[in-house]
Amino acid sequence: MTAVLIAIGVVVVLAVVLLLVLRSRRAPGAPTAVEPAPKQAVIAVEEAPPQPEVEAATYKGRLGSVRGLFSGAVTALRGGRIDAATWDSLEEALIRADVGVSTTAALLAELKGRVESKEIASGDDLLGALGHSIRQLLAVSDSRELRFDGEAGRPDVWLVVGVNGVGKTTTIGKLARQQSAAGRSVLLAAGDTFRAAAADQLGMWAERSNVDIVRGAEGGDPSAIVFDAVQRAAARGNDLVLADTAGRLHNKVNLVEELKKIRRVADRDPGNVTEVLLVLDATTGQNALAQAKQFTEAVTVTGIVLTKLDGTAKGGIVIAVQRELGLPVKLVGLGEGPDDLVAFDADEFVDALLG
Amino acid sequence: MFDGLSTRLEGISTRLRGKGRISQADLDEALTDIRNALLEADVELSVARRFCDGIRLRVSTESLSKSLTPGQQVIKAVHEELVGVLGGESLKISYASRPPTVILMAGLQGAGKTTASAKLALWWKQQGRNPILVGADLQRPAAVEQLRILGAQAGVTVFSEPTNPVAAAKAGLKEAQRLGKDICIIDTAGRLTIDADLMDEIKSISKGTDPHYTFLVIDAMIGQDAVATAKAFHETLALDAVILSKLDGDARGGAALSVKGVVGKPIAFASTGERLEDFDLFHPDRMADRILGMGDVMSLIEQAERTMDHDEVAKGAARLMSGQFTLDDFLGQLRQVKKMGSLGGLMKLMPGMSKEMRQAAGQIDDGEVSKVEAIVSSMTGAERDDVNLMDGSRRSRVARGSGTSIQDVNTLLKQFKEMQKMMKGMASGNMPNLPGMPNMGGLSGRAARKMATQGAGAGGPDFDMLSQLMGDSGELPAFPGLPGLPAAGPVRPVVGGNKGTKKKKKGGRVTPPKGR
Repeated sequence: MTAVLIAIGVVVVLAVVLLLVLRSRRAPGAPTAVEPAPKQAVIAVEEAPPQPEVEAATYKGRLGSVRGLFSGAVTALRGGRIDAATWDSLEEALIRADVGVSTTAALLAELKGRVESKEIASGDDLLGALGHSIRQLLAVSDSRELRFDGEAGRPDVWLVVGVNGVGKTTTIGKLARQQSAAGRSVLLAAGDTFRAAAADQLGMWAERSNVDIVRGAEGGDPSAIVFDAVQRAAARGNDLVLADTAGRLHNKVNLVEELKKIRRVADRDPGNVTEVLLVLDATTGQNALAQAKQFTEAVTVTGIVLTKLDGTAKGGIVIAVQRELGLPVKLVGLGEGPDDLVAFDADEFVDALLG
Repeated sequence: MFDGLSTRLEGISTRLRGKGRISQADLDEALTDIRNALLEADVELSVARRFCDGIRLRVSTESLSKSLTPGQQVIKAVHEELVGVLGGESLKISYASRPPTVILMAGLQGAGKTTASAKLALWWKQQGRNPILVGADLQRPAAVEQLRILGAQAGVTVFSEPTNPVAAAKAGLKEAQRLGKDICIIDTAGRLTIDADLMDEIKSISKGTDPHYTFLVIDAMIGQDAVATAKAFHETLALDAVILSKLDGDARGGAALSVKGVVGKPIAFASTGERLEDFDLFHPDRMADRILGMGDVMSLIEQAERTMDHDEVAKGAARLMSGQFTLDDFLGQLRQVKKMGSLGGLMKLMPGMSKEMRQAAGQIDDGEVSKVEAIVSSMTGAERDDVNLMDGSRRSRVARGSGTSIQDVNTLLKQFKEMQKMMKGMASGNMPNLPGMPNMGGLSGRAARKMATQGAGAGGPDFDMLSQLMGDSGELPAFPGLPGLPAAGPVRPVVGGNKGTKKKKKGGRVTPPKGR
């Protein structure tokens, strides 16, 4: 009997789901204004245990101590000849660093050409050339500085976006502390109204850095919170609003729509969105490309924050992200301390990568 | 997920079409393609290599099979290898003779431990167990608060104390004993595997609570680092199983293969959505089907079995089949479906869905469902019984009452009428093709057989009764291959061709299904 019931159940499910699919296909992109605020629907877990120690993270020291990424390939290359095994080990090292198949192939193809034309003869030269190629991929025309206009009465808004669990709230906490230490008057907007206790987490950071925070009810409309924050910043003379958002997978259309709305609202006078930072977890693999693409399409990302680079992950995916989308990495998270969020330095990154 | 792999396999199959046998060169090329697809899916390099070696072995040793084309042969080998790597030993949970059974959750920061803990608790609660959640993540600000809120949503007791992680975990265990809980899930702080202090800490938690099972939560989006992470945790804690989180993203989830391949521990659960219900046992064979683009009906059925109210469904279905489906029935069914999880997630489990349909599925807004619910709820009983009553003034009243627009009401009514027409067609047994659903078939013979055996086990399959319900013709032309309808429509040939002889696996089953 159960089997029969289940079979029937499935038929009904099919029918109902079908109807809904047809519905959603026929009415694509209904105006957001009339729709009730899309029900938030992502559960995120973010890292963030800040430690009291306040020592500036030394980029290379942090990375160097755990790398050894290219060590095998590099030792073989130093003073060695270039043969088939060289290419294999280089390919392996790049792929293991999450650089990705196509970027690796492109990098190596160029080098192979140069070796064939005898431009590169020794292993040392090859290593140098690889470093140079990666640096070139990472080069940016515009600055890696975080943009801050600082117009009177028009607070800058930095929006922090990303998928679940990459460290958005923590990044904001650290940014708040650094920016207020740099003399800017910071206001936090707890735009993650979905994850349980996310606003509490940000609240603790606000307390720690002694900055104000605007928060709303759990499950509320994040755009409204960002709007309130901007209004309040303008009224009270805060220079900078750091807006947190709920983690969302980039393939959930409705949540991405919600994000677009947050950006629109934040950019409305007197707000002035000067940075949209996409937070990427250094352990993320090739999916980071999809994330960067979708978020850029939706809210015009202006820079990448690469977090959790102090683990064993190499974060090679940012090479692919920058190569394919031209998005500059602006900040790097190297540890759990509030000051372990540092400016990205391509030279040091490559040096550390190539050991 | 794994779209790259299935697309490439199709490519390989096309390229090999028409060839009588696979030459060494063909195979090499195919394997390079497969390797690259795996790497793009974030499968760890050494695992990808081993995987390809396995396929080579399978293809060459089975070269005598004459019934398969070379393309099918390669795909079959990939499928078997996938099941082989993903499956193998599955996790069998034996509950402690002296409760509680203690579960320790570990993972990197942001992997989804807290959420997975709550989902696991709810899952066990649905199995009739009595779990407690213990918050031992005292590092991340507000982590315990998050666990409390999630626990409240799941209706599960949460314990924590602001001492230190080890003491909190121990106290949690005591509390579990005091309250007579039979499962104790300990959520810990996320940590980097290279952080010796934190790894020592979780080791002490493990020693202090002596967990029966240690689960590693791994993000489906993780790249090559998955292996290093899993290894390090395994060396410190001796893992029992892995929970794969955020599988609802578009990450291909190569981590599943990597971790299984390197640590050798089964993936026991997968988290596939934002709601607490979006969590289930991980089934390697189904995952392999999914990777190859074959849908996942078994999961759908089990989800239905677990959450739906059978009487309600049967009632609705009977009315549906008789062609007298009213908005009231629709509302009832909608609510049942809603209980099963997010609609987008459900859609993804349907077999034979085209890529386009899958994308559409990803866009289904669960808020839309609430809107539909609101509209129907704002109607009077008479209106629900007869949609034709709805004139302009009634429509505007309903729109106001439900907080929607008249357009919304119009769309719903129009589509409901279409659906009614469809249902009438179904009841009379000659259903036109469903628009936008070119190919609904494709349930593998395995699943169909499983349904049949399940029916038999439950005391008489009663397919006659089913066909009566379905209408005199006894079949549903638009739904070929639906479970429990062995005679219905042509079942799409399954990739590999000889699924019928494949051994049925119950991979990943942790507990016997709930009694019916």
